[in-house]
Amino acid sequence: MSSAFLGIPTPPPRAPYATGHLRGDQSFPDAAHTALDNTQQRRNLGKATATIRGKRDRMADELPDWEELRSAGAALKADVLARLPELLERFEREVTERGGVVHWARDADEANEIVTRLVAEKGSDEVLKVKSMATQEIGLNEHLESAGIAPVETDLAELIVQLGADRPSHILVPAIHRNRAEIRDIFLREMPGVDPNLDDDPVRLAEEARKYLRSKFMSTRVAISGANFGVADTGTLSVVESEGNGRMCLTMPETLITVMGIEKLVPSFTDLEVFLQLLPRSSTGERMNPYTSMWTGVTEGDGPGEFHLVLLDNGRSATLADGVGREALQCIRCSACLNVCPVYERTGGKAYGSTYPGPIGAVLTPQLAGMHESRDDPNASLPYASSLCGACYDVCPVKIDIPSLLVELRHQHVEQSRYTAEAAMMRASSLAMSSAKRFTKAQRASRLGRVLGGADGRISALPPPLNAWTSARDLPAPPKRTFREWWDSEDGREAVRAARREAERGES
Amino acid sequence: MNARDVVLGRVRDALAAAPPEPVTVPRDYRGRRELPDEQRMELLVDRLGEYRADVYRCSVAETAATVAEALGDVRLVAVPGGLDGSWTEELTGRVEVDSAELPVRWLEDVDGVVTSSAVTCAETGTVFLDASADQGRRALTLVPDLHVCVVDLSSVVVGVPEAVGRLDPVRPTTMISGPSATSDIELDRVEGVHGPRTLRVVVRVDG
Ligand code: SF4
Repeated sequence: MSSAFLGIPTPPPRAPYATGHLRGDQSFPDAAHTALDNTQQRRNLGKATATIRGKRDRMADELPDWEELRSAGAALKADVLARLPELLERFEREVTERGGVVHWARDADEANEIVTRLVAEKGSDEVLKVKSMATQEIGLNEHLESAGIAPVETDLAELIVQLGADRPSHILVPAIHRNRAEIRDIFLREMPGVDPNLDDDPVRLAEEARKYLRSKFMSTRVAISGANFGVADTGTLSVVESEGNGRMCLTMPETLITVMGIEKLVPSFTDLEVFLQLLPRSSTGERMNPYTSMWTGVTEGDGPGEFHLVLLDNGRSATLADGVGREALQCIRCSACLNVCPVYERTGGKAYGSTYPGPIGAVLTPQLAGMHESRDDPNASLPYASSLCGACYDVCPVKIDIPSLLVELRHQHVEQSRYTAEAAMMRASSLAMSSAKRFTKAQRASRLGRVLGGADGRISALPPPLNAWTSARDLPAPPKRTFREWWDSEDGREAVRAARREAERGES
Repeated sequence: MNARDVVLGRVRDALAAAPPEPVTVPRDYRGRRELPDEQRMELLVDRLGEYRADVYRCSVAETAATVAEALGDVRLVAVPGGLDGSWTEELTGRVEVDSAELPVRWLEDVDGVVTSSAVTCAETGTVFLDASADQGRRALTLVPDLHVCVVDLSSVVVGVPEAVGRLDPVRPTTMISGPSATSDIELDRVEGVHGPRTLRVVVRVDG
């Protein structure tokens, strides 16, 4: 520890309670209950996740070095977190030297203000948007609208969601809960200049969206994007996409504003060789997505003449403060864990109440925004939104051990009754002072040693459909074994299999 | 304190609270792979075919004829300023040179565009454009509906690491793997949303 570091570090704050989309208005079990009643949505979602899952498996199996790529990806993202201050400073310097303007945002409110001010300064009352989880997380669209600026989503699925005044249900295919007839109806109702004879052929629907957006791409002066990767050593940003709306937004307007979480860095340009293999195969199940754009600052005579980058904290540093939970910040948002999750497949993304649904959402959302027990926070139910089957860990391209993180968060929730950064800091500081290394080891060990559920070693309070089996039988988790050992053991497997069978019976 | 110092301070505090161990990145995934010309060609053709991109093979001497064939009888063709003029000699349509001075809107009237390419990854069927003089600004290969891209087999590498290693990070780079597509409606693949609906790749086997 550096000698400049004196006293107990200040716990970083969580994301603001009510700004943006990191919290639903009901707990996961309640929201899931509503979702389970929607059979059409469940059928759409079931079909979609099964299809993408199959493609992803074929694409991962095709590469003999898939496991080596995963190990490299995981290590690179862990390295980013370990060296985050130095890499952020380097990144900022490179972007600035290439003509970009870097802004820092402590939280959602500040990011919204920065972006809205930048758009207003351009005199624009309309902005183009590329599908971006960060801007959704901070509720940017709502904020822009309140300032009289109309955000236009350009990704087809996001456009469907926006025109339908809806919420996304999946990271990768946000409108997957809608069928073609519903989409036609939304277009007929909401899209200016739509062909009144529009039918529900996906080709025709995509063509209408193309026509509608083409004029916007040609005339709108400001675009807002997210970023899949920011390269620390070159200042390069990258957006991975399929439709070309990303390329349009990154190329055509005069001004580009990119909002990026501080954890989205990779150390060096070369490291893209790992992530450009892991991401498309894990995400859409393609060898490569149709389009990937990379840009560094501003290029004379090519693309926007003005480039602003907003670096967003919004609970990320609070997540980083937990030596175990920080692993969730390695996520590259591929959505593979959603597609293999038996709970997600039944409830859909909206039940999680957050921009980040599914297994990763269940571990990331409560850490970014907190689990405020005193306020009856819906986020406190998220760590229980899982059957801990482990499939998410197996597919994660950066090897995030989501089951262990879920168990850790359940433990924190149960033990401390309210999970706060302060509590994590208190645990941390006493040990950190004496031996930093030992502390990290202790934290890791305690994670592995943690048994399922609360202090009594029993699972309780799982959401439907899984509550069917927890109420019928408390799942014992033998205290002498680590979670992983129990998990890998035959009786561990059998217990979960039996539980799932029961859950499925209870549901049908 | 400004937001920058606050955020960086928080990140430092967070790491101080639970100090991470230094990370060594294992790099034992495949890289620096090489394959003979025919095999790289075969791999690339297979992959491009899966994206439903059309592939034309030719020799350097046949470039103009093959480019003309790939473009078909389009009316107006745009090319970047640095493109080898001989490539478009056999075109029937009008050829205009794009430049940064022209408003991007003019590209809406263009039927097809011909460019060169920087590097191509065979294993994923990905063509990399880096906005060099023979590839043009990014809008050129985005707005028109047909893109004919000339790839020299000598610039085709086996895998992603080999391709990334040949890039200049500072150049605006576009990776293209087939025509633009969406699967947003019931996962049905629809080609040609905002980018070119048709991608034709001309591979020069002795180029
Ligand atoms: S946690 Fe892993 S599998 Fe899930 S979205 Fe993130 S990177 Fe993908």
